Amino acid sequence: MTSSLFFNLTTVAYFAAMVLFLILLVSRNEKLGWVAIAVSWAGFAANTAAIGIRWYEAYAMGYHQAPLSNLYESVVFFAWSILLIYLLFDLKYRYRAIGAFVLPFAFFGMIWAQWSLDATIQPLVPALQSNWLTYHVITCFIGYAAFAVACGVSIMYLIKVGKEERSAEDSPIGGILGMFPSTKVLDDINYKAIMVGFPMLTLGIITGAAWANYAWGTYWSWDPKETWSLIVWFIYAAFLHARFTRGWVGRRAAWLSIIGFAATLFCYLGVNLVLSGLHSYGGA
Amino acid sequence: MSKPTRFEDRLWDFFCSLKLTIITLILLALTSIIGTIIQQGKPKEEYLQNLGISEGTYELLNALQVFNMYHSWWFLALMGLFAVNLICCSIKRFPKVWKTVREPTLTADDGLFRTLSNRDEVVAAGSMESVKTQVQALLSKKFASPVVTEADGKVYLFAQKAPYARFGVYVTHLSILIIFFGAMLGNVFGYKAFVNIVEGSSVNAVWGRAGQERIPLDFEVYCEDFEVTFYDGGGRPKDYTSDLIVRENGREVLRKTIEVNDPLQYGGLTFYQSSYGPAGDPTYRFRVTERATGETVEVTGQQGAPLALPGGAALIPMGYASNYQNFGPAAQVSVRMDSGQRGNPFIILQNHPQFDERRGGPFIVSLLEAEQNYYTGLQVTKDPGVWVVWLGCFLLVAGSLVAFFLSHRRIWVTLQPLEHGIGVKLGGVAHRNQPAFTLYFDELKKDFNQALAEK
Repeated sequence: MTSSLFFNLTTVAYFAAMVLFLILLVSRNEKLGWVAIAVSWAGFAANTAAIGIRWYEAYAMGYHQAPLSNLYESVVFFAWSILLIYLLFDLKYRYRAIGAFVLPFAFFGMIWAQWSLDATIQPLVPALQSNWLTYHVITCFIGYAAFAVACGVSIMYLIKVGKEERSAEDSPIGGILGMFPSTKVLDDINYKAIMVGFPMLTLGIITGAAWANYAWGTYWSWDPKETWSLIVWFIYAAFLHARFTRGWVGRRAAWLSIIGFAATLFCYLGVNLVLSGLHSYGGA
Repeated sequence: MSKPTRFEDRLWDFFCSLKLTIITLILLALTSIIGTIIQQGKPKEEYLQNLGISEGTYELLNALQVFNMYHSWWFLALMGLFAVNLICCSIKRFPKVWKTVREPTLTADDGLFRTLSNRDEVVAAGSMESVKTQVQALLSKKFASPVVTEADGKVYLFAQKAPYARFGVYVTHLSILIIFFGAMLGNVFGYKAFVNIVEGSSVNAVWGRAGQERIPLDFEVYCEDFEVTFYDGGGRPKDYTSDLIVRENGREVLRKTIEVNDPLQYGGLTFYQSSYGPAGDPTYRFRVTERATGETVEVTGQQGAPLALPGGAALIPMGYASNYQNFGPAAQVSVRMDSGQRGNPFIILQNHPQFDERRGGPFIVSLLEAEQNYYTGLQVTKDPGVWVVWLGCFLLVAGSLVAFFLSHRRIWVTLQPLEHGIGVKLGGVAHRNQPAFTLYFDELKKDFNQALAEK
């Protein structure tokens, strides 16, 4: 039993769940929703087991470190976080169609990690040997995952609101959109997800600053990674204030959420792969 | 709402507006990108070469402080605008919120009930006194104990939960100002410096960032030992550690082994393990076997100095590497024969002593030990504002959690004698998360109907 077996199972389950959610949209068969969510839970369980086993494998090699030490491990943890947040939201709201717009993030993360990232377990370089690493990575990724859910929901919102405006007002919306929650609900879930993500991102930035202060003697040095996390923070702060401002609710808020997630992805991956700086550990 | 005409009022409204907040945040996000694409604080030549820009373009960008943009006047001005907006918004809204919390409306009239989206009316049997007791008990049990006001033959009850939830957003705003203040304290009263200490020596001053300014210390830092260790089977560094001793007037006051992620703190300064390097030439100990005779000797000496071997030859240590191509410690040496002819330099590995046998020279050399003296490079920081920043961060998280997840909920009940019984009016409001409150209120309505209709 190796972690890679469970990572494979995870990828397969996320793919199956993604396809099932898409079929659900087309077929509008409610029972399929239950199957899709069950497969999602199974994938999440496999993902959890895989991370746990990998932790143990590193321990057996003599490295006492959480499995959050390189790009591969962070991507599979990101997929895990996305499922965690998605499943929690599903428990509360039970709008199955959302899965079709969230599962792809987790699936493409897993497939990218497995196909092209280095999966060898490496010991930590001195700069990363700190408990702050664990706190920092967990808070950041829970935040990122909540933003991924918000982004998926925002895409649904824009699709639905566009269709609603084009069709006659009194005719009910059918087809694929029939499974979508109402725009009001989508807007609300978008907000709720960011409400979870924003404090987590804030904590992620703060734990990063605390760690930087402990390791390098400066809590803020405008390094590209830090700066991009602040850019993401600014965007979601703008989103939160937009909700209380006339003319900024609805469409613009949904766009802010999507742009926010794009910036999140750049902060997470783009900075390491494109820009240079202190956070180059995770790079390719 | 009519537009104010006076300039001061319009200016005030401008600084209080949420639109300004959104636009400032978006501008901060957009401008921040510049400094992540153009590396900051590099020498002029690097920009000319890397960006492929002309001298004129460089001068223009430099005048706009693009190469140090996070400290440029325009970026700081944007931050300042953000802070002013934050302050004005809070000043404008806070007094009203303070009043809502400190002086709540205790008596709800019909006008107030009309403004509430959650409300109900019941006619209860029994006397005013008994209904009052019942409602009081019910509210205390299901919600919070109410304040009772009696006037004009009516009884008013008011109960609230989590009124302080309204302050969450102001705590969040204040925390950002506190963080700004802490950062300013650090900038004005703190500094960043650097110092190299050779093993077995001490320093009583550090060097300011540019390496120009000497900053004397009230104490002395002695480096007893520096060590770098590697993971097995590779060149991946495991740990950099320095054994430091702080001395005041020659007396030891503190001793600590520091490593990356574990600095030394003393006298308001923090010393971080940052770099290291060789200090002076290493001392070597070799074992040399003459192939022809099998005679073996051990020789010790410094770099560059010829070490006498049997038969008039000499071994000359030329260089040292602590981890040569992941094979561990290695020395470069050459052999000078009795005739004065000097052989080609070759590498010997401390961890692979049998390796040199295969070279086939007249002498088989193995490296027993090489002692390289190191200096440890320490980053030194003084930042009296850092605790203010942490306080701000704590308030930022606490404030935003309160602002997002707690809601100020209020319930009013008014009892009024009717011809047949007591009229009970019930209404409630939450300052956020209305749907959840509506669900809660609907339950409460049921409880009221049940309890009051039973009699």
